[in-house]
Amino acid sequence: MAQMNLLQAINNALDIAMAEDDSTMCFGEDVGHFGGVFRATSGLQEKYGNNRCFNTPLVEQGIIGFANGLAAQGSRPIAEIQFADYIFPAFDQIVNESAKFRYRSGNEFNVGRLTIRTPYGGGIAGGLYHSQSPEAYFAHTPGLKVVVPRNPYQAKGLLLAAIRDDNPVIFFEPKRLYRASIGEVPEEDYQLPLGKAEVTQQGSDISLLAWGAQMEIIEKAAEMAQADGISCEIIDLRSILPWDVETIANSVRKTGRLLISHEAPITAGFAGEISATIQQECFLSLESPIARVCGVDTPYPLSLEKEHMADHLKVYEAIKASINY
Amino acid sequence: MSTEIYNEGPVVHEPAFIDGHSVEIPTLKILNQDGDVYAGAEMPDIDKALAVKTYEALAFHRVLDERMIAAQRQGRISFYMAALGEEATSVGAAAGLKDADMFIGQYREQGALIFRGFALEDFMNQMFSNEKDLGKGRQMPIHYGSNALNYMTISSPLGTQIPQAAGYAYGQRLQGKDEVTICFFGEGAASEGDFHAGLNMAAVHGAPCIFFCRNNGYAISTPADEQFKGNGIASRGVGYGIKTIRIDGNDILAVIKATQWAREYALKENAPVIIEAMSYRLGAHSTSDDPSGYRTKEEEAKWHEHDPILRMKNWMLKQNWWSEAQEETLFDKLREEVLAAVKVAEKIDKPPVEDLVTDVYDTVPEHLEKQLQALKTHIKKYPEAYPFTAGRIK
Repeated sequence: MAQMNLLQAINNALDIAMAEDDSTMCFGEDVGHFGGVFRATSGLQEKYGNNRCFNTPLVEQGIIGFANGLAAQGSRPIAEIQFADYIFPAFDQIVNESAKFRYRSGNEFNVGRLTIRTPYGGGIAGGLYHSQSPEAYFAHTPGLKVVVPRNPYQAKGLLLAAIRDDNPVIFFEPKRLYRASIGEVPEEDYQLPLGKAEVTQQGSDISLLAWGAQMEIIEKAAEMAQADGISCEIIDLRSILPWDVETIANSVRKTGRLLISHEAPITAGFAGEISATIQQECFLSLESPIARVCGVDTPYPLSLEKEHMADHLKVYEAIKASINY
Repeated sequence: MSTEIYNEGPVVHEPAFIDGHSVEIPTLKILNQDGDVYAGAEMPDIDKALAVKTYEALAFHRVLDERMIAAQRQGRISFYMAALGEEATSVGAAAGLKDADMFIGQYREQGALIFRGFALEDFMNQMFSNEKDLGKGRQMPIHYGSNALNYMTISSPLGTQIPQAAGYAYGQRLQGKDEVTICFFGEGAASEGDFHAGLNMAAVHGAPCIFFCRNNGYAISTPADEQFKGNGIASRGVGYGIKTIRIDGNDILAVIKATQWAREYALKENAPVIIEAMSYRLGAHSTSDDPSGYRTKEEEAKWHEHDPILRMKNWMLKQNWWSEAQEETLFDKLREEVLAAVKVAEKIDKPPVEDLVTDVYDTVPEHLEKQLQALKTHIKKYPEAYPFTAGRIK
């Protein structure tokens, strides 16, 4: 085991993936010699050469289109989009191409080897265009897998699973935690399952569900609630698509209450989808309405960032409201 | 209606490929580094008043950048982007235009705003994202915008402004306005799909738009030779059937000359123009970047010798339009003013919580009003957690 921050864990996973398969490539804007603006690909060009780890021109639709071509050809592309806020020029390539390659060809062709890595999320004074959490747009696209890790251990195991998975995966990396989240990470190869949530704390009064950097927020709120004698069960969804209905439903059948929190604006956020499914699955077990604590329905602001965010205090208040319903 | 290709050339009976670098592109230079005008050079339309105004804008630009990088290092602002070494591009372009022309920048064009008289306090209020910021404190520092000065608010996504500029210019043309739009972008952003979309649409629809490429050699860490293989950005103008010129971007007279010419042509012919200004990003991409990870000090030193501001100063001195005494007075005054403005702006309150929900739409819809009310109730309960807004909630 080694102490790694989230970036180092990602770098380590990429290193393992590139070492095991010569057709694995890492590319994107500033990804090559410089190692990426966050240094996630640091050292990979030196180790694997500039044919396998390289800078691309500044064109996101080109990066993903190129990656789709490579994946269809049988290579294993790991494409980086520098910020999730800048993924939208590639929306067509992802939504109409990556997601539908297999289906439209009757599996004559597929881009299952594609992985897209991109930093997402706020709380870093990034304003409108360095803070967004666009997972819900992609969750509305059958054919994609969407994964979000919460810490270094999870990041390495989930990223290796994403790279080896035979479906296109978008891997959203919580950039607020890149250097802030440090933990024990095995140096050897391991994978964590896609499509499986993880209960990180057992509890009996209410289930709290989040993913990525928002896990820290609900954990902090759960501590505050604990002081009030409220026992929270905490769940990390980990995979947004496909998502683990069973683990969430089992938890809610036990606690009778569910609170979902994400950074993205509340309207049409993924919490809405989860709420609809869980009320269907657990209607008779619910003792209060499913609560959602999410971003305000505005673009992500700079100076009013604190006000906009779904912080631990808002989550804590919502926990109490649910318990006292 | 025609389906013919322009300038088709002869029919040949053996393969005759055209080389990817067969278009040779001249570079316009008017002023050398010593401040002498090249023999036979065609001067822009510039008198002493315009020259002094332009030079003072360059000086302001340099001082503002120096001071704000320092302010960022001191933790007073979160972020900054300087334009060290390429100030002549945006300042010179603004000097070659009319103030009524729309200026759509990428993000490193504060020089045009300076030239148009954006107040020092306005710069500061934006960078400190306080309640007096025209953009209501919503965007990161340097994302300026001013309707009064015809300077479109900066948007971080790269290249999105390029097709917008074509549309804006087309609208100006249809309304019979004696105005053009200028659109700035870097050689990196010219790789975006929006660049190709914008140029083609401007050419096809006859938009009086000046596409101004700051080719400063780097897109963050990525050097131009990893960005494209063609003959710069100018060669693409030929592909889209657009009048094109390449200039020395550190030569303010060349920038003004090319812009004045392009403006006149765009208005007269209802057609776009491309200007590729060759320069070098002497500073970091932003305060979040460190160029020592991807280029050498020697490379940077070479470009310090092409300082565009010193070049203009040398010319001004030789014209007897400027003196060393004026130089010293101006820079001292600017440094003091900027420092004083920092101290004022950082004490101004952040925007009130109501500003969170305005401007999402023209009016605040019911669901957002409800979210705001819930937020206010919450803030009143935990005022210490929201220090910028708590004190002002009624």
